[in-house]
Amino acid sequence: MRRSFSETLNRYWAWLLLLFLVAPALIAIPVSLTPKRFLSMPKGELSLRHFEKLFGSEEWMSSFWQSAVIGLTSAALATALGTLCAIGLWRVSSKWGEAVRAFLLLPLVVPPIISAMAFYRFMVPLGLIDTYAGLILAHTVLAAPLVLITVSASLAGFDPRLEQASRNLGASNWTTMRRVILPSIRPGVLAGAIFAFIASWDEIVVTLFLSKFNVYTLPRRMWNGIRENTDPTVAAAAVVLIAITIIFFIIQALNARRSRNSGET
Amino acid sequence: MNGSPLRRIGTGWLLVLPFLALVVALFLGPIVNILWLSVTDPEPGLGNYAALVTSDNLVGILWTTIRICVITTAFSVIFGYSIAYAMVHVAQGSRNQMLSLLLVSFWISVLVRTFSWLMLLGRKGLVNETLVNIGIIAEPIEFMRNELGVLIGMVHYMIPYAVLPLLAVMQNIDGRVLSASRSLGATGQQTFWRVYLPLTRPGLVAASLLVFILSLGFYVTPAILGGGKVLMVAEYISVQILVTLRWGTAAMLAALMLFGVLALLFLMSRFMKLSTIFGGAKA
Repeated sequence: MRRSFSETLNRYWAWLLLLFLVAPALIAIPVSLTPKRFLSMPKGELSLRHFEKLFGSEEWMSSFWQSAVIGLTSAALATALGTLCAIGLWRVSSKWGEAVRAFLLLPLVVPPIISAMAFYRFMVPLGLIDTYAGLILAHTVLAAPLVLITVSASLAGFDPRLEQASRNLGASNWTTMRRVILPSIRPGVLAGAIFAFIASWDEIVVTLFLSKFNVYTLPRRMWNGIRENTDPTVAAAAVVLIAITIIFFIIQALNARRSRNSGET
Repeated sequence: MNGSPLRRIGTGWLLVLPFLALVVALFLGPIVNILWLSVTDPEPGLGNYAALVTSDNLVGILWTTIRICVITTAFSVIFGYSIAYAMVHVAQGSRNQMLSLLLVSFWISVLVRTFSWLMLLGRKGLVNETLVNIGIIAEPIEFMRNELGVLIGMVHYMIPYAVLPLLAVMQNIDGRVLSASRSLGATGQQTFWRVYLPLTRPGLVAASLLVFILSLGFYVTPAILGGGKVLMVAEYISVQILVTLRWGTAAMLAALMLFGVLALLFLMSRFMKLSTIFGGAKA
């Protein structure tokens, strides 16, 4: 069928829209290279001073490590809990199981501001505000549903008879889990872990409520920098964040491609 | 009894238990507590809810929120439709490139994206400087600290969420139906408006509801691009808690928002399996 004029037009329009989605974030790159002390587009000369300031700043570096520690710990916990839960629900596979699954996705659909106030109110009397434990617990609850989703998607393509076969051949529950189930759902687990890490690494709304002085994650410091709206160091931090995001995006794209290929053979 | 179905289900629940317990204790409990606060703080009764009728301030904030969410939804879904339509109809190679662009924008932190708009749209931002320099406008346009800025930031954030459900529906449309329409004499335009568009209605409804739900509770972009001038419910809640310490009002608004979101999700589940949307997200 010949392509109509309006369809061609729409195709260009769609490309334009997609560029509109990605391009604005790139403005951080030239702004971070400005030689001036305030947020501005560089005119002529470029300088790396804001990157030097970023990597030389004790505050920014400590935020960086705090975000990494909280992100990795939350992702590890969320991956363990989410994977076990997905396998459990897959085994149960009943109406009750599906109701529980819907309930467990709740942290994903409740607006972050409501989760934030709920966590805040809950953690104040327990002394968990402004601690690693508080943020890690909150981020784990918010991130584990993502793992539940990705692992469940992997399990949907896994033949339950394989588990049966392993059991009939005398393997224990634990061995079956480790040697049969886990290897075949690995792409889902890895994808879940990546999403969980990103969810914690980028999380700001709950963090705004749960952190004060001791715990000050990267998004928290960005938020302050953006509110003050003068220091180009924030632009340099934004560039670093974009770079990290793209690295994780590529890892996940490779992971997805590998799982697709292994699914075909 | 090794491997009996009953035992298999039993161990299944055992695996579900840790996460279930965590969500009940750390999430459900505190949220129920918030709902409870809305009818007990500062005093038992429906006083907090009565303010919805009596306080012009609150009504204004709710109205602003709903208006911004409706406009955001309309633009995001129209633009999202255009993208999804093009993605389904281009060659595989272009489709992968388009999908990559879509997902990269999906992955970039909301803070980074909001910050970018701040630099682009400010009085001395790139957009205003360029427009003034080439002489299209004499005075910088005020993008920030008003609804225009908030809308630009929100539509930009929501478009990918609108595309995913639409894409899921469009990919499953049987091309032969369209060929049939053409061979029965309909023009391209007629085929689109009378056949294609109605077939994508579940996707349109799901995309609209999803974007609307996410917009309702959106905090970061309105707070930064609105600059305190455009107050939406989420930001108002945070002010009540962190500044004026009026938990009752905050809890009442949270309860309204929560029930609104759950009702819309229920509606959405009637049009589309939720797992197609959430499963497709970020994958």
